[in-house]
Amino acid sequence: MKPVNFDYYRPDTVDEAVDLLAEHGEEARVIAGGQSLMALLNLRLAEPRALIDIAHLAELSYCRDSDTHMEIGAAVTQAQLLAQPGLAEAVPLLAQALPHVGHFQTRNRGTVCGSLAHGDPSSELPLCLATLEGEVVLRSKRGERVLKASEFQVGLLATAREPDELVVAARYPLKQPRAGYAFTEVARRHGDFAIVSLAAVAENGTLRLGVGGVADRPAAREWQIAPDQADDALNEFAWALGGEDDIHATARYRRDIVRKLGRKVLEEAAACAS
Amino acid sequence: MARTDASTEAAPEPASEPTYVGQAMEREEDLRLLRGRGRFADDIAAPPRTVHAAILRAPHAHAVIEGIDVETARTRPGVHAVITGEDIKALSDPFLVVLRAPLHQWSLAVEKVRYVGEPVAVVLADDRYLAEDALDAIEVTYRELPVVVDLEEAAKEGAPLVHEAAGTNLVSVREFKYGDPDTAFAEAEHRVSLTTRFPRHSYMPIECFVVVAQYHEEDGSYDVLSNFQGPYSTHPVMSRSLRVPGSRLRLRTPRDSGGSFGIKQAVFPHIVLMSLAARIVGRPVKWIEDRYEHLLAANSCPGRVTTIEAAVKSDGTITGLKFDQLEDYGAYLRAPMPGPLYRMQGAMTGAYDIANLAVTNKMVMTNMMPAGLVRGFGGPQLYLALERMTHRIAEELGMDHLDVIRKNLVPGDAFPYKSAGGSLFDSGDYPKAIEIATGEGRLEDLRRRRDKARAEGRLYGVGFAAAVEPGMSNMGYISNLLTAEERERAGPKNGAVSLATVNVDPLGTVSVTADTMPQGQGQETTLAQIVADQLGLTPQDIAVNLEHDTQKDQWSIAAGNYSCRFSPGTAVATHQAAKQVREKLATIAAKNLNVRPDDLEFAGGKIFARGNPDNSVAFGRAAGVTHWAPAELPEGLTAGLRETASWTPPELEAPTPGDHINTSLTYGFMFDMCGVEIDPVTAQVRIDRYVTIHDSGKLLNPSIADGQYLGSFAQGVGTALHEEYVYGPDGSFQTGTFADYIVPTVNEVPEIEILHMESPSPFTPLGAKGLGEGNTMTTPACIANAVADALGVKDVQIPLTPKRVHALMAEADEPARPAGAEDAATTAPAVSGGRGVSGTGSIEIAAPPQTVWDALLDPEVLRAVIPGCHALEATGENQYEAEVTLGVGPVRGRFNAKVGLSDLDAPNAATLSGGIDGPLGQASGGGRVRLTEAGGGTRIDYDYTVDVSGKAAAVGARMIKSATDIVIAQFFRRLGRQLGASATTAGAPGQPTKSVWRRILRALGLAR
Amino acid sequence: MRKLSQGERHRVSFTLNGKPVSSWAEPRMLLTDFIRQELGETGTHVGCEHGICGACTVRLDGEAVRACLCLAVQAEGRAVDTVEGLAEHGGPLSALQQAFRKHHALQCGYCTPGILMSLSDLFEREPHPDDEQLRDVVGGHLCRCTGYAGIMAAAREVAGMAKKAE
Repeated sequence: MKPVNFDYYRPDTVDEAVDLLAEHGEEARVIAGGQSLMALLNLRLAEPRALIDIAHLAELSYCRDSDTHMEIGAAVTQAQLLAQPGLAEAVPLLAQALPHVGHFQTRNRGTVCGSLAHGDPSSELPLCLATLEGEVVLRSKRGERVLKASEFQVGLLATAREPDELVVAARYPLKQPRAGYAFTEVARRHGDFAIVSLAAVAENGTLRLGVGGVADRPAAREWQIAPDQADDALNEFAWALGGEDDIHATARYRRDIVRKLGRKVLEEAAACAS
Repeated sequence: MARTDASTEAAPEPASEPTYVGQAMEREEDLRLLRGRGRFADDIAAPPRTVHAAILRAPHAHAVIEGIDVETARTRPGVHAVITGEDIKALSDPFLVVLRAPLHQWSLAVEKVRYVGEPVAVVLADDRYLAEDALDAIEVTYRELPVVVDLEEAAKEGAPLVHEAAGTNLVSVREFKYGDPDTAFAEAEHRVSLTTRFPRHSYMPIECFVVVAQYHEEDGSYDVLSNFQGPYSTHPVMSRSLRVPGSRLRLRTPRDSGGSFGIKQAVFPHIVLMSLAARIVGRPVKWIEDRYEHLLAANSCPGRVTTIEAAVKSDGTITGLKFDQLEDYGAYLRAPMPGPLYRMQGAMTGAYDIANLAVTNKMVMTNMMPAGLVRGFGGPQLYLALERMTHRIAEELGMDHLDVIRKNLVPGDAFPYKSAGGSLFDSGDYPKAIEIATGEGRLEDLRRRRDKARAEGRLYGVGFAAAVEPGMSNMGYISNLLTAEERERAGPKNGAVSLATVNVDPLGTVSVTADTMPQGQGQETTLAQIVADQLGLTPQDIAVNLEHDTQKDQWSIAAGNYSCRFSPGTAVATHQAAKQVREKLATIAAKNLNVRPDDLEFAGGKIFARGNPDNSVAFGRAAGVTHWAPAELPEGLTAGLRETASWTPPELEAPTPGDHINTSLTYGFMFDMCGVEIDPVTAQVRIDRYVTIHDSGKLLNPSIADGQYLGSFAQGVGTALHEEYVYGPDGSFQTGTFADYIVPTVNEVPEIEILHMESPSPFTPLGAKGLGEGNTMTTPACIANAVADALGVKDVQIPLTPKRVHALMAEADEPARPAGAEDAATTAPAVSGGRGVSGTGSIEIAAPPQTVWDALLDPEVLRAVIPGCHALEATGENQYEAEVTLGVGPVRGRFNAKVGLSDLDAPNAATLSGGIDGPLGQASGGGRVRLTEAGGGTRIDYDYTVDVSGKAAAVGARMIKSATDIVIAQFFRRLGRQLGASATTAGAPGQPTKSVWRRILRALGLAR
Repeated sequence: MRKLSQGERHRVSFTLNGKPVSSWAEPRMLLTDFIRQELGETGTHVGCEHGICGACTVRLDGEAVRACLCLAVQAEGRAVDTVEGLAEHGGPLSALQQAFRKHHALQCGYCTPGILMSLSDLFEREPHPDDEQLRDVVGGHLCRCTGYAGIMAAAREVAGMAKKAE
């Protein structure tokens, strides 16, 4: 298990990084923490010609709040975000979900934006982004664009990022004053890929539920109902997600989890809402 | 941790109380291991000129190798040689197997591959990176053959044959009767039967296999360093395959080994392979197995289907047992298989006093990795069946499970006890052990927890399991595979030889070597304790070196670290060797001190007269005489001080003509009880409380013993709840990473209570018994019983994963799919009933059917439409070969593709079929494509079934279905684009109307 | 900007256990291989090379990370700590190492260096972690020998949470 040959680039600025992407396009992969990419490289499942390392770029190492969201630069690790003072007040869903992301050791190196760019359907951070209706900021030589979460991840390990674009930041909407948030997931072991992950937001009589690990990307639904009236809606959602059988779970198992844990996580979110 | 000690007898010896044996001493090994200064096989500097090996492995479970093209690989940078099965066949013989059946296996596949992961070629290069680069350039042409992976299917008439020359997959069937089972069953008031299925899994160590092989052409000998673990009965298997005398295969093992649990016995075919590679390339060869290789092909316990039947009286007394055991050994029978099927033969009645026994042992070959040694070695398989049976008897008779266990236990006063199958249980008091375990309110507490949970509507169950743990195998047990007449002809096999050497140098410092290859059991510490006691020194005075070298160290066929042979075997030999040194020194000192040797004591580095400590001589001085002044030695003593002791217990006799066999020397006792709670939503099993009692005879080092119990418990939890090698029906291997092969972490392993009882073995001088397999034997059965109790179900299959438990507890009626919801779930079954991945899809294209039809038959269009197509060449009418790059997201690879259209019904339908083949894996399949006119355009409906094999299946099981959907959808989407940008779908632009897709898009709010 | 071309070896320098070290690596060389093969410090073990078993855990600028998921060239200029640096050369074992020995927290010792590095990171951040934090950190490692009981007992002792011996 050793990677194939590639050229390694360490740009000093974001501009240099996007220049490199413009030059190498699909032949290049961006590496930040590399906690997903390196395993793919070692297994030779990914064979890029060029690796562009952005982990050290100071201009991407920031977390800042705007009026509406927390913007997280692409060099910010999951551990740094988890240690961010006030995270639980600013983006409670992230504070709840992050401990489920991999392990202590992988969070130390894995980045928030790297997880989004990788687009694993079971990952917690894309699920949070989809559930909160956050955004991804992309930059290329052609300029910068901002995509909604639902526009960004388009399938299994697939995003709308063009080959010359760099994910430079993610924007997670800040806690709404009266909203409640809840997160839970089912995995074979703590830290494993989720079989089903669930994120809920309750606000002003609106319930929003995001589900990861079932469809080929995280999906979210919204209802104007109380959690105790949500069973039919959850059932419809469970079927609509179209889960598959795999070695760890059946489609039926996944539907049952969406129906039952979905209800629970919605109730938890509603209980936190004021 | 609670500790209850109860000695039932006084230890037979030594006369004076040991100072160190029996103490929970800290380990000497830790001092280097904690500093990162252990010396594992990969840590030892390779010889100059060493090249590094990488192995190409079969992507198919059963196929004929029609050709291997290694020319490109040979020219890759840094490559020294590429070796195939033909090279190996020319230089070596197939491995010896226990059965006289044509089940030939070489160290590389010859002519055929029979399991996914079978080694097909070896690249030798300057480093591992370069070797792996060249692997990708080897082209192998396979012709696939029918596959059989289910052991019951494999045993049937007409199943695909794994070894055609054998004429059957069911390569051995042996029936045994002990006592009078027919009468017992005929007269039984109740007959209870059940079937258990023991899965394939492995207690894989964290260190993988390592081989460093050299060939000395001057004398035609091989010199190998490897983390092999024994038994050394495998050494002749290797030397015979290499066509050299045993003395010309020098096998060395390093001081440290990163765990084994039986697994590293299976490094032996790689020892032969790398030895031959070193010979061919003319350089030393180093091979480090990686985790993917390890999961795919290193070792697995055999799978076993056991049908067990009990003849039972109404009071719960079991009067007879019948076992029908069908065991799957995979694609090849590797020595010393079929050990697991015969290792428990003498003790099939477990901890119970049951006089009548019938056993049928059946061995079957399948297209899965060859089975081998895995901790427990037949015990877990037996006790899953037996302890599920005692549970089932209790249910059917309306009794308490514990009462059924107690009712049938071997009585406390029956030892030594001869069991029906021939085992001689050395010591113990099973009823008393259970009394201790259930005492002090522990049983009441479990029941209280269950009652409380159930009153609250929670799913809670209590389980029990009792087992006898065999220690140190009789090397003759496997000969029970043969009939008495065949055994007679072959000559008797019995015993278990242990060898150890204690050396005292001219300054009186002591060193020890022995026939064991420890993998973390603290054997250096324990042997130092034993020798220190004999010689009146401290363990720190004793240098124990357990590196092993077959050309220099003592060994016999039983050497190694397996079947719990350390305490009853090597420890005894070491004790004897130390005793021999002591006796020699006593003779020397007696002359000096003018007392009889028997009146001397050894302590504090001195040898002194009992009752007169001042009349003493320093240990070093007495020892020095043997080196410095041999002429002064008392008559009859030889010069120098190096004693090798040999130990084989007389109790380990050959099988009797009636097939009775004392399969092991010592028999410990274990009893477990636990409470589990099952999450009603996630179906996950939580172990709420777990109690285990062990009677392993005299404990040489109680901390080390507890370490064995704790570690074996964690592995038992893995077997019960998590660990399983998963194969697809096509033989594809689906658990090729630690993300899919689930090894428990600290979060899955609860803390447990270990209780102790010590009934010293009368058959070992130190009273110790084997204890290393421990809870691997009981925990799977105990947890399975508890889960069955919690759910109130008759049958449970381990591992009790959420998937399996959910299936047991899910309501029969699922909330229906709401009316109006997409019907995709029925039109696109996730995994078809047959093989592989299936799906359907449709797309609408703004061109008439004839245009679409013509395009499908046009190579130019195909070249543009096949995703990632670099080149396409027609090979026949409507048959093409192409080079393509395929993948999803960052995962992509280059493949050779074959595509063909057949069953043409212009312009309405065609069958599209083909396959792809590349380093990432193989896929083959096909489906029907139908064209219908729709509003001036064409609607294409397609279905497909694809078998995915090789690496993609092994490491991507979680994503394979979605990835296949994507790649196939890409083809039709590109076809639509090719025929004009006007391709439309009902979902989103540019997307096929795969209904899954549409539902997701809607869910995401995109298709609103 | 720095470009390191494939197929060539490039100088990689960093601080290993407080001392400057330097050797050569191709861009694709894993940090595990670099530490073990180029620098000769074999205490860092390779267990899975896909980031799950944790045997190869080292500290990179103080943080416990999987060395198998890191390229050697990414460690350029940084501080790498491995198990060999936990106790001073010739000095006694650290408190954590001593606790491991006392509680039989290791058997074969193959996974142990990684666990020690993870816990040493945790204890520097949080000298008195609770059980949940310990489980989170130890949960990032696979150990096949010990059943984790001794590891947790050792970690708890260091965390000052050890219960009085019975």
